[in-house]
Amino acid sequence: MTTATPAARIGVPRARLPLSLTGAAYGDRIFRLLLTLAALLIPALLALLVYELWTGSRLAMARFGLGFIGSSAWDPVAGRFGALPLIFGTLVSSLIALLIAVPLSLGVAIYLTEFAPRAVRQPVAFVIGLLAAIPSVVYGLWGIFVMIPALRSGVFPFLRRALGFLPLFQGPIYGPSMLAAGIILAIMIMPYIMSVAREVLLAVPNSQREAALALGATRWEAVVTAVLPYARSGIVGAVILGLGRALGETMAVTMVIGNRHEIAASLFAPGYTMAAVIANEFSEAVTDLHFSALTYVAFTLFVVTVLVNAGARLLIWRVARGSGVGSRAL
Amino acid sequence: MNRRLIRRAVSGLMVGLMVVAVVVAVLPLALILLHLVVKGVGSLSWDFFTRTPAPAGESGGGVAHAIVGTVLIVGAASLIGVPVGVGAGIYCAEYPGSRLTWLTRFVADVLNGTPSIVVGVFAWTWIVARQHHFSGLAGSVALAVLMIPMVMRTTEEMIKLVPNSLREAALALGYPRWRTSLAIVVRTTLPGITTGTLLAVARIAGETAPLLFTALGSQYLSFDLDQPMAALPLTVFTYATGPYEEWHRFAWAAALVLILVVFLLGVGARLAIRRHHLAHG
Repeated sequence: MTTATPAARIGVPRARLPLSLTGAAYGDRIFRLLLTLAALLIPALLALLVYELWTGSRLAMARFGLGFIGSSAWDPVAGRFGALPLIFGTLVSSLIALLIAVPLSLGVAIYLTEFAPRAVRQPVAFVIGLLAAIPSVVYGLWGIFVMIPALRSGVFPFLRRALGFLPLFQGPIYGPSMLAAGIILAIMIMPYIMSVAREVLLAVPNSQREAALALGATRWEAVVTAVLPYARSGIVGAVILGLGRALGETMAVTMVIGNRHEIAASLFAPGYTMAAVIANEFSEAVTDLHFSALTYVAFTLFVVTVLVNAGARLLIWRVARGSGVGSRAL
Repeated sequence: MNRRLIRRAVSGLMVGLMVVAVVVAVLPLALILLHLVVKGVGSLSWDFFTRTPAPAGESGGGVAHAIVGTVLIVGAASLIGVPVGVGAGIYCAEYPGSRLTWLTRFVADVLNGTPSIVVGVFAWTWIVARQHHFSGLAGSVALAVLMIPMVMRTTEEMIKLVPNSLREAALALGYPRWRTSLAIVVRTTLPGITTGTLLAVARIAGETAPLLFTALGSQYLSFDLDQPMAALPLTVFTYATGPYEEWHRFAWAAALVLILVVFLLGVGARLAIRRHHLAHG
């Protein structure tokens, strides 16, 4: 980009340039240098992050290896650590969240793009978007003092009566539980799934809809036969993106999941997640091995979320290549 | 004839279910806001904003230390994060062909999806473990890491919207490239960049996880970023999970203040972009 000045670009000999323009070339170089530094800083930051997490978890990696992921031990005093209950808790709570949030957010997204009167589309999307702005810790606060008492006295006993034949809904009801964590996560990831799904649906060309309607489909049939198949991989991407959010969500989950290193069949039982154990134990850890084990957990969580997000992005790009869809919500 | 009726009924039923989904989706927001106001507003007082906490178990006091802490930590995070984010965003938009652009964009997406607690662990091993003490600044660095990719992506998206003819006009008039970028391109997109920045500030202002073991929290009013520092989200967390009734009331009030701050920043962001749209007809 040494030919950046317009005069230089059209081939005016450099010696004959007025002084202000040679000065401009320096200005351009300095400007580009500064911007390059800023742009370089971002990959450098990621490299540093990976390096720090890697060196931080080396001690635990050397001690436990990959067996860390398959072990259920968690005894800071004896120095034995295993992440299986944490991984289990992270996956189960995220799965519950998806089971609740996906039908809801897709329903809302489809309604808002295909059926809703034009006047309500923007306001409803805005209001649901507000949910995404609420800090995680406020969800946790609401979860502790409003949602859990309501679940404990109403919803959980009802579920146990109605579905108690399943191991999932048996056993004592404490309140803080895997199910409570799943429900709060569902509320938190819903706006993300909704907004990306909505952008994906908006990117479906109108000719798809018109063709189906012209063949005599009802509006719902047009959605099912023409719109959803076209948007399928983008919607899957939106869902996976929500999964990525749920996996890494920390505060609200920590406050409602009960924080116990156990694998229980019942959804009413307390559990633990990878993010929650870091939040709870990191500032209280004493031994180097404990710190290292927690950093190892963080490293594992990082790798998992990167993979999940990369998959989501790939799927969304396939639908909306070049149209910039989803970019704002991501 | 009959089949057509059934098909229409199915269509109607699905639309009905979707309306139900909208109601169910909006309900939590309404409930959360309602409870925040009902349980929080009673504890708001002059003291709440101007005093530091009373000793544990006693009544009275306020969260002035946390409000000051949040302003300082988020302010420092923005000072670090905004120049880098905006600079990288301009780079990616102005030099779209370069390999660094591709890499930066990709890495920003990776960082954007990184859980905030992981960034907290990173700030701990990088800064706190080396300095051997917790500090507000370590918290700011963690928040800046979260902020940079958000600011970068919105800056880039906004600048991409500037028509090339504008650039060409400036260059044709003899403007050097850097002045074209700053005085024409960035100037035009300033409202959009402001919006993106304010939204990023709103996001990080509510973050708790990255501060847990960087800023740590404190019971005292402090202006020293090199020391442990309180922040509103940390206060909400500590008080909500603590054993005292009084603390719980404070947690609700602090959460109400936090959410008002976040929403006000969001409204500010919207106003900035609205002016932008008006200016462009």
